[in-house]
Amino acid sequence: MSKNTKFFTTIYNIFIMMFFYSPIALVMVYSFNSSKGFEWTGFTTNWYVELFNDELIMSSLLNTLLLAAIASVFSTILGTLAALGVYSLKSKKLKTTIKTVTNIPLLSPEIVTGVSLMLLFTAARISTGWVSLIIAHISFCVPSVFLSILPKLRQINRDMYSAALDLGCNTRQAFTKVIIPEILPGILTGFLMALTYSIDDFIISYFTAGNLQTLSITIYSMTRRRISPKINALSTLMFLLVFIILLISNVYAIRKERAKEIKISQNLKNSI
Amino acid sequence: MKRIVSIAIAALVLFSCVFSFNIFAAEVGEEFDLSQFDQDYYSKLKGKNITLYVYNWGEYISDGSEDSLDVIKVFEELTGIKVDYTTFDSNENMYSKIKSESAYYDIVIPSDYMISRLIKEGKLAKLNYDNIPNAQYIDDRFTGDNCEYDPDNLYSVPYTWGTLGIIYNTKFVDEEDVGSWDLLWNEKYKGKILMIDNSRDAFAIAEKLLGYSMNTENPDEIAASAKKLEEQKPLLQAYVMDQVFNKMEEENAWIAPYYVGDYLTMYEKNENLEFCFPEEGTNLFTDALCVLERSKNKEAAEMFINFMCEPVISAENLSFIGYSTPMTAARELMDEEVANDPNAYPSADILANTQTYIKLSDEANQLLDDYWIKNIRVNSLNVTFWIVVAVVAVAIVVVVFVAINAKKKKMAARNEVE
Repeated sequence: MSKNTKFFTTIYNIFIMMFFYSPIALVMVYSFNSSKGFEWTGFTTNWYVELFNDELIMSSLLNTLLLAAIASVFSTILGTLAALGVYSLKSKKLKTTIKTVTNIPLLSPEIVTGVSLMLLFTAARISTGWVSLIIAHISFCVPSVFLSILPKLRQINRDMYSAALDLGCNTRQAFTKVIIPEILPGILTGFLMALTYSIDDFIISYFTAGNLQTLSITIYSMTRRRISPKINALSTLMFLLVFIILLISNVYAIRKERAKEIKISQNLKNSI
Repeated sequence: MKRIVSIAIAALVLFSCVFSFNIFAAEVGEEFDLSQFDQDYYSKLKGKNITLYVYNWGEYISDGSEDSLDVIKVFEELTGIKVDYTTFDSNENMYSKIKSESAYYDIVIPSDYMISRLIKEGKLAKLNYDNIPNAQYIDDRFTGDNCEYDPDNLYSVPYTWGTLGIIYNTKFVDEEDVGSWDLLWNEKYKGKILMIDNSRDAFAIAEKLLGYSMNTENPDEIAASAKKLEEQKPLLQAYVMDQVFNKMEEENAWIAPYYVGDYLTMYEKNENLEFCFPEEGTNLFTDALCVLERSKNKEAAEMFINFMCEPVISAENLSFIGYSTPMTAARELMDEEVANDPNAYPSADILANTQTYIKLSDEANQLLDDYWIKNIRVNSLNVTFWIVVAVVAVAIVVVVFVAINAKKKKMAARNEVE
């Protein structure tokens, strides 16, 4: 790579990173601002204390997290089973049909999903609240899990499964010892995607939540007056949490990789 | 991998635990004297395990932040009734929730015109004033025939009120230009004017400027007002709602129509801001407490309303919100500075020149919305549309280019092999 290209790549990278992260940095900085506006008037951690004392924000945060946890666990299970089922289908036509149908919730506008779910719940006399909200969230989380597992399944060498059977596994063991570990990264990605989607969602929740209030609804309802800096504090905490989780998982992955390399090189030495 | 999952789950659980236990929670209300209230009345429903569902505007109650009084907590401690408090962002969204019955509420706090709509549709319950003795404190101005949206307050008790006016920055705006709604049409301040992003208020301004009623249903008058609003467009910096705070405080914009209660919040940040009641007259709005017809705990709901009408509570609550209280008794308990503010509590002359919104007919509403969407707010939509088209076009060109390049390379590679 020539010196010039390298220079431009760096500039470009910096620019993109700034574009992505400066809003977050801004939120973090202003969560420590003592005034409510954008004028810097001094450092304070007051908004954090107020945040923890604000019952409405805290209860809606708890609702959001609980909902996300339940919905993502259920949709991970459902999505995994669905992916396995579709993978083992013989008919190609049926396979494509099912894949297309699962894509629909991802492609259709949220407002359509939200309103139609609301109508469905009213028509079916399912009282809106936790039940309806969880069903709604599972319904839009499953496709993301499904779609992140399917490619992993396609990568599996089918002979591995038969090999496991030949080597004395029963079908259940072959499944848990061969198939599951192979697609685990896909399951995990799907789970995290579902978790994020669920925490993120506003429109569908708005129509199906009934009396429950999720975090996004609370924040949205502040827009007639002014969004409180407590939300900046909350965003900062949530960003840090996600950041730490990512950091830990990356460090762990790197270590694992290294351990593998060392093992391979040792094996090589031994064999020599 | 397993470890990552367990770490993630542990972190999530820890996070939610910390939050649910409210590690910093302080008992608000401890220092607040509960014995000043009528104990016999407020203990009537104690121990009955009642939960009241209250639906209010966001950031529209004193909730204990910034050393204010946590009004709901005081109510819960006083009466033993649990309050499930949730919030909405606009009358229209609140209405859709009530209308679809997809959620259950006991108490809602809509604005005047929405109250008359809810009354007409039979969604509100008639109040039993025997249970709301504190209603006596409400000023005459808001009761009886003076309450246009709900004559005799059969269904609602005023919570706050305020007016719409022009906020301007004295550093940049000449005093002689101020006084009329036409300040918002003044060429001199092109690019520094903001307009309210809400069809009802925007039309009311144009209608007042043209000398019509702000409740007009005459199609010609509405068309003329729409034209007026269209003329204003080139002069505007933006249509805004909550962004008005930052834009005005930071002096990015100099002139904006908004509610007086929010002006007071802005004034705390920037003392160059001034508020003006336009001479053509303006809107006076009331947000009021209502009990829904579906409510299963009407008596408890009325107790909540009565509590919100305690002068002490109203004073604490509205000092925090910044809007005006409908009770002189509460006003007297407020800090002098707040209670005597000439903008929050304007003179009788100014008040005489105000008008309340009442529910427009469906046709008039439709007309208003049509003009608003198709003629006034359309340009910004158009621009976005063309930007989207441009982006898509560029994306397609890039993809095609890359594809052609790749094919060329492939061909070249094949040629080389041959």
